[in-house]
Amino acid sequence: MDAKAIRRALLRIAHEVLEHHSRVEDLVLVGMRTRGVPLAERIAASIEKFEGKRLEIGALDIALHRDDLSLRDAPPVVRPSSLPESIDDRVVILLDDVLFTGRSIRAALDALTDYGRPSVIELAVLVDRGHRELPIRPDYVGKNIPTHRDDVVEVHLSEVDDGDSVIVRGAAIGPNEEAGQLPHKPAGEATSKQEA
Amino acid sequence: MVVRPERLTAAATAEQETHQPQAAPWSRQHLLDVDNLSREEILLLLQTAEGMEEVLQRRVARTPALRGLTVVNLFYEASTRTRASFELAGKVLGADVINVAGSGSSVAKGESLIDTVRTLKAIGADVLVMRHPSSGAPQLAARQTEAHVINAGDGWHAHPTQALLDAYTLQKALGSLEDRRIVIVGDITHSRVARSNIWALTTLGARITLCGPRTLLPRGLEGVAGPRALPHVEIEDDLDRAMAGADAVMALRVQRERIKGAALPSLREYAARYQLNAERLALAEEGAPVLHPGPMNEGVEVSAEVAHGLQSEVERQVQHGVAIRMAALYLLARTGA
Repeated sequence: MDAKAIRRALLRIAHEVLEHHSRVEDLVLVGMRTRGVPLAERIAASIEKFEGKRLEIGALDIALHRDDLSLRDAPPVVRPSSLPESIDDRVVILLDDVLFTGRSIRAALDALTDYGRPSVIELAVLVDRGHRELPIRPDYVGKNIPTHRDDVVEVHLSEVDDGDSVIVRGAAIGPNEEAGQLPHKPAGEATSKQEA
Repeated sequence: MVVRPERLTAAATAEQETHQPQAAPWSRQHLLDVDNLSREEILLLLQTAEGMEEVLQRRVARTPALRGLTVVNLFYEASTRTRASFELAGKVLGADVINVAGSGSSVAKGESLIDTVRTLKAIGADVLVMRHPSSGAPQLAARQTEAHVINAGDGWHAHPTQALLDAYTLQKALGSLEDRRIVIVGDITHSRVARSNIWALTTLGARITLCGPRTLLPRGLEGVAGPRALPHVEIEDDLDRAMAGADAVMALRVQRERIKGAALPSLREYAARYQLNAERLALAEEGAPVLHPGPMNEGVEVSAEVAHGLQSEVERQVQHGVAIRMAALYLLARTGA
């Protein structure tokens, strides 16, 4: 995905969010660190353009809620989260760059409940690469990209990287590839336990 | 079509795989002293504490990061804030916390330190937080156990988490510590807090002025060189001169239990010459933060007015203590052996 494809995908997500939720003031966009945060900011900027209302944004760090802490040699870096004063009875849209096993999302849902009780939590991701290990599904997807479990999906966003792109292990996904196709699930060869 | 490029090296994978968390550059098993911590390690502890401080402000301040791990507080010396903050820190991170005091345990029956440490490991201690009146006791314990050992104060030697929370407090108050001049006033000789602070603060670029009666300043401070010697510090026995233009000041407790004989003629005389009061604080930079490791002898080393004044960081130090201890517990306990 190039910068243009990413921009279009995020615009579409912004439109879909507005279609689903008429009360913009109830919405809170919570980006998962690191790259979910700029995604939340971009979508909030689009929504502000359409509706003239500035959404509240949060940043969520899930390091302390991960389920693989005892499996790692070194602890993941911990950064402060910052959430709006209250998320009680609000509609929280959780944003992440890549949806893979779903384990990060599970950790995020766990962390969110420490801040309050939203009326609804939805999930928006720039890329869904398949291979879920938990019963978690996204509500908004920028692009479904079929991958093998061992593939590496790199997301670059200009706020934290050099420019915008999504690359699957060194090979750029062509812009003409269709968005919205189902994630490809290779049968029988996915054995590696890659964590997400 | 699925693209299948060649395998990346481990380093490249760690950097590029954006859904993999960034690993903290930490590899220590124990936190025993500050003199061997690098600037990067200290900054990592402070940065991690930043995240922990935010956790403490959540409605439900409890995370599962150390779930299933046991933290044992082994205190051979009185402590309120250090023990309580380690206990809270462990609980907020989801660990089980057990408190063992020197009195009322088998220690009182004459069990040796080494036996106690082995026993605690045998019942499943993953982290041993230890305070002991003898310098070097935590180092001895660390050699006898596979548990992670955190020094919570040993004799006159070191008190790493206190120095780290002081550095954290100063960094928040001053921005950077680079080239800031910090006065430490009081009984330096008997103070593990001073010793550890000298290491932590100079490692972060601060300049230290030690101030106190000559009898309570360690001998030969200025001249010693070598890897184990203290970093360069200024010595000033007049508090007014030390305070002139200082960026921050830390008053130490007059440790009546440690000071013997003629080192301190009278508290009244000490207060007259070395009490941090409003008049002396006014000589420092405007708004200079005031720290005290506690417990305070108000009216001795610090006036009540300054202790509870606008520039006092004392309460924040206590709050920061929990965050720093969470950071230390997390980094140590989640570092693989």
